[in-house]
Parts: sequence; C-alpha cells; structure tokens
Amino acid sequence: MLNKIYTRYRYSVILLRELVITDFRLRYQGSFLGYLWSFLRPLFLFAILYTIFVIFLKIGRDIPHWPVALLLGIVMWNFFTEVTTGGLSAVTNRGGLLRKINFPKYIVVISGTISAFINLLLNMVIIAIFMVINQVELSWSMLLFPILIFELFTFGMGMAFILGTINVKFRDIKYIWEIITRGAFYASAILFPITRIAEVNLDVAKILLIINPAAQTIQDARHFLISDKIPTLHTIQDTWWLTIIPVLLSVAVFIVGALYFRSRSPYFAEDI
Amino acid sequence: MNHTRDVALSVSNVKKSFYLPHHTNGSAKEAITQLFKPKDKGGDYYHALMGVSFEVKKGDFFGVVGRNGAGKSTLLKIMAQIYQPTSGQVKVSGKLVPFIELGVGFNNNLTGRQNVYLNGAMLGFSKKEMDARYDSIVEFAELEKFMDQKLKNYSSGMRVRLAFSVAIQADADILLLDEVLAVGDASFKKKCYAYFDTLKEMKKTIIFVSHGMGAIREYCNKAILIEDGKIAYQGSADEVADRYMQLFEDKSKEKSVADSGQAGERSGSKKVTIDHFNFTKNDEKMKIDTTISCGEHEINNVQLKIEIKNRNKQVVAAFSNLSVDKIVHLNFESNETKRLLFDMKNIYRGGRYHVSAILCEANDADEDGEIYDQWDNIAEFSSTGDVVRYQVVNPGKLSLEPLETNETQKTTRE
Repeated sequence: MLNKIYTRYRYSVILLRELVITDFRLRYQGSFLGYLWSFLRPLFLFAILYTIFVIFLKIGRDIPHWPVALLLGIVMWNFFTEVTTGGLSAVTNRGGLLRKINFPKYIVVISGTISAFINLLLNMVIIAIFMVINQVELSWSMLLFPILIFELFTFGMGMAFILGTINVKFRDIKYIWEIITRGAFYASAILFPITRIAEVNLDVAKILLIINPAAQTIQDARHFLISDKIPTLHTIQDTWWLTIIPVLLSVAVFIVGALYFRSRSPYFAEDI
Repeated sequence: MNHTRDVALSVSNVKKSFYLPHHTNGSAKEAITQLFKPKDKGGDYYHALMGVSFEVKKGDFFGVVGRNGAGKSTLLKIMAQIYQPTSGQVKVSGKLVPFIELGVGFNNNLTGRQNVYLNGAMLGFSKKEMDARYDSIVEFAELEKFMDQKLKNYSSGMRVRLAFSVAIQADADILLLDEVLAVGDASFKKKCYAYFDTLKEMKKTIIFVSHGMGAIREYCNKAILIEDGKIAYQGSADEVADRYMQLFEDKSKEKSVADSGQAGERSGSKKVTIDHFNFTKNDEKMKIDTTISCGEHEINNVQLKIEIKNRNKQVVAAFSNLSVDKIVHLNFESNETKRLLFDMKNIYRGGRYHVSAILCEANDADEDGEIYDQWDNIAEFSSTGDVVRYQVVNPGKLSLEPLETNETQKTTRE
C-alpha cells in the first residue's frame, strides 16, 4: 500500500517537473528577447499606467511609494489571472495526452500554476529593485507577504480547478471568465487606492475586499510590504472576524475546486 | 490464492456506453434551456461494450482482434484506465504501460533530446533514469546527428523511430500494444518484431491489439475476438484468427450481383436466358446454382461458361458444363427451364474476384457460336486464402438437377 502511494506520487512529481520545464521552454519560443519579456511586460504596462493615472490623473499622490504599490498590484493581479486562465484551458489543451495515457489529471492544472508562480518570482525581483530605488523602509510586517502570496495561490488554484473542469463541457466559461476578471480588476482597486471607493461608500469598499480574496491579498500586500499608510481591509473594517472571511473563502474555494475536479477527472478523456 | 496470483489483468463484465447528444452546436436559447433542464436532453446512448469478461494470465501474449468499430479501442482504453467503464471492473496487478500511440506528448517545438526526456517522464522515468538510458535510446533510433534539432524538422519515420526507442525502455509488468506496428518501413517492422521476440522470451504479459492475423498467430498464445461489443470467441490465437477471417468471408461471399439487382454488363440474343444465378462459398468450396430458361423456340447444344477474373480483369479460371468432370449437355425445349449446379473447390488465393457467366451456342470447334446471354460481373467474391496452393486440382463437379416446379424457380429475378 505504502509502495503504491510512493510510486503514484513519484510519477506525479516526475511528470510535473517535466511539464513545467516544457511550459517554460515553450513560453518564449522563437522570441528574440526570450525570458526578458517576463520582466519587460509588467514594466511597460506599469509605465503606461503610471503615466496615465499618476502623472496625468494625479491618483495616489497622497500615498507614500504609490508607484511601487501600483506595480505590486499589477504583478499580483497578473499572477492571479495567469493561474486562473491557464487552469481554465489546462485540461482541454492537454486533451491529446489525456486520451492516450492515464496519469493523475491534477498535474496539468498544477503545472500551469507553477509556471505562473515562477513568473511571479521573477517579477518580484523587479519589485524588490523598485522598493530599493524608492527607499521603502524595511519592517517586520514584510514577513507576512509570503503568507499573502500563499493565500492568493490557494485561491487561484481553487478557481483554476473549477474553471478547468467546467471548460471541458462548457467552453463558454472562457468568455464569461474573461468578463468577470475584467470587472474584478477594477473592483479590486489596483489602479487606484481603495480609499477612492471608501470615500464614496465605505460599505461597498468593505464588501469588495471581503468577497474577493484577490483584492484583499493585493491590498494587504501593499499595506504590509510597501507602506502601512496604505489602507486595507483590517484598517477600514473593525470587526475582526470579517477580516478573516477572505482567508476562509480561499481555503473553501480550493477544497471545493479540488473535490469537483477530482470527481469529474475520470471522465475527462471521453468528455473532451 | 495461487489462482488469483497468476492473473495479470482481469476484466469482469465491463460495459461502456457513450452518450451521443443530438445537438452538438445548439443555439443560445437551447443552451440556456438546457442549463435549467439538464435531464431533458435529446440524445442516444451508444453501447460500445456490452458485458465483456476475460482474464489474462501472467506471461500471456494475449491478442485482441475485431473489426473496426467492434469495441477494441474502447476496451483497450478501459484496460489502460483512460476511460471509466460504465459498469464492471478491471483489475490490474503490476505496472501497466499502454502504447495506444507512439510518442505520447511529443512536442514539435522541442528538440529530439527534450522530447526524449518528456516522453520518458510519461513512462515514469526521472531525469536521472533517463540520463542512464539516453545513449542507448539515441543509438537504437539511429538519430545521433538529429537530437538537437527540433522535432518539427524530423521526418515521420524519424519521429516513429525516436518514439519507439523510448517506448521499448518502458519497464512494465503488462504492456498494452495497439497497432503500433502499422507504421514504419520494413526495417523498422523488423526491429519491432525483434522487440516482440524479446518480450516473449522475457515472459512479459502483453495485450496486443491488431488486424494482422499473421502477427496474432505468430506471437499470441491466446486471443479474443470482439464483435459488436461482446466477446464473440475466446481461445487459442489460431482459432481466433480463423474466426476473424470468417467474419470477412461471411460479409463478402455470395454477393450475387444478379440477385442484388445491380447487374453488370449484359448482352446477347436472349434466346436462352440466365434467370437465376446464386454464388456461395466457404473456405473449401464454392457453389454456383443457376436456372436457365429457353424462349419460344427449342435450342440444343447450349453451353454455360463461367469465367473468374481477378481484379486486373485477367481470367484466372474458366469452366463450363462441357469442361468439368462430366459433360452435361444442355438442350432446351420451348419454354423449358433447367437448373444447373457447379460444385467447385475454392482454390483462389487472397483477393477480390469477379464472376462472369456466358450462355452461348456450343460447337465442336473451340470457338464460340452465337451468344445468347452474356452477363459480366454477375457475382463477385473475396478470397482470404493466405496460402497459395501450388498443386494442380480438379476444379470441381457439375450436376444437372431436375426442377420440381419451374414457375417458382423462375421468378427470382423478374
């Protein structure tokens, strides 16, 4: 029995490793700058958004290190969308493989999320550089950042399992999810401080952060990593148990997603 | 307990149905109504497998044969645990590696080397294990110079060689092989057979799906024949291969064109006509059963010649009522109908044949007289004899049967 578990997971690890390597090899295949694009893409996006929102629209002037917070928000949001949209098409893209060989199906979803995670780590190098340039003060609260990333990863992977499973039979989910993420991008207050929403209606700002772990982790990351002057859920919400709802939600989404994926995965080969 | 210990794979009462929806690309309105009434779907179930049970013992070279669409591939995918059976069970003891296709996961944009490692991972080999095997894989594939080229620059033959070289590294207790030999040139096939020989020597358990009865007979010790989702026959490889060949004979034999109405070229004066022509055959024998009727005027010395042509329209056999073991003279009174039977040996090697019947005036000189009814391609058949018999054989027997009632026999074609 133990032997069986060992061989099963040994196989998963070997396959996962090889699929992640393949993903990375193929990601910037044929491009001249290759992996540099992993840095250049968020940098250019940042440059555009900074010009529009900070220089012209004068947003975030009152907040310390806002440009770094803006970049951090963009990088984390991109990570979240990469994990979810990658997971969405993970099963259908590997249809040929699923029909030819039996292997633990969750590997196709996880290999995509790991690729996204490695990309996030590369981007964090840029953020670190920006933090140094902007002279962001070091603080103990920065240690909370990996936990926040873990929470975002958990939530994203849970969504990836759900979306990937739905997409096998209902391809419209791709377009639906595209619209949802577009809306959630603005609802997550990435281009502007959450205070902009809170000033208009405090309850809306609270609800947006409570029901969306992606927004909560991004605002928390800004608060703990960049500057404690940046408001986040626990600074605008006093009731402590409401502030842990997004964490519980992430765990719940992950568990539901994993179970749903597991219950449907034996039929992927014939349903694709 | 000894009994179960030497069973490598057991399939018990496996059934598999596929749901086939009627509308694959419905309108938005339909899609929305379906969301709310998921049970109210229009569709059929296709029963690919309807209760299949068998056991494969350790060390068996087990053949699975059947026509296209019989359910072989579905069965294979269920054994490989790619599909879930609708009901029933598959029990596997040991590590099973399926080769439903060579080079699973091969990616055109990766180099040969990278693909070897990827494909190896699919088989469960870690990078370290692949490092140890890499050189022998490349050597076996004879692709030393191409390993750093991208796979998209490989010819299809090179791809197959590379895939096969990785595949034979598979360290499995049970191997599922599906028609992988269908591709490749003669020298590649030779390598495949050599690999089969080693597998057989190593007493590995092999489940082999093929259409090639030669390979089934040579390698398998047991086999099953799948027909319409059920096991039609189970036994030794030879017995199963024979049964399989019979399936095709049953389908293609005695397609009397005259009976089916799609007659070939027909010409002649029609003073005497072929009314009925029935052709039947099995492995050993062929029978021709004809009725011939005469018109208003009595006619003597009629000859019925039968020609059998191969697909190149060459006559490979010809005989008549005047040339078989005994001579039967055909003389007709006005409006008389006669039944003529040929009882022949099936001496034809594999291939497709066409039968022509020529009803003509017989004369002593070896040339034909007036043609009464010439019917080309009146019947066709396939012979599956894989062995050419070189002995000279008497083509058969001939008899003229009395007709009980002329009327009933006559009506078949009109």
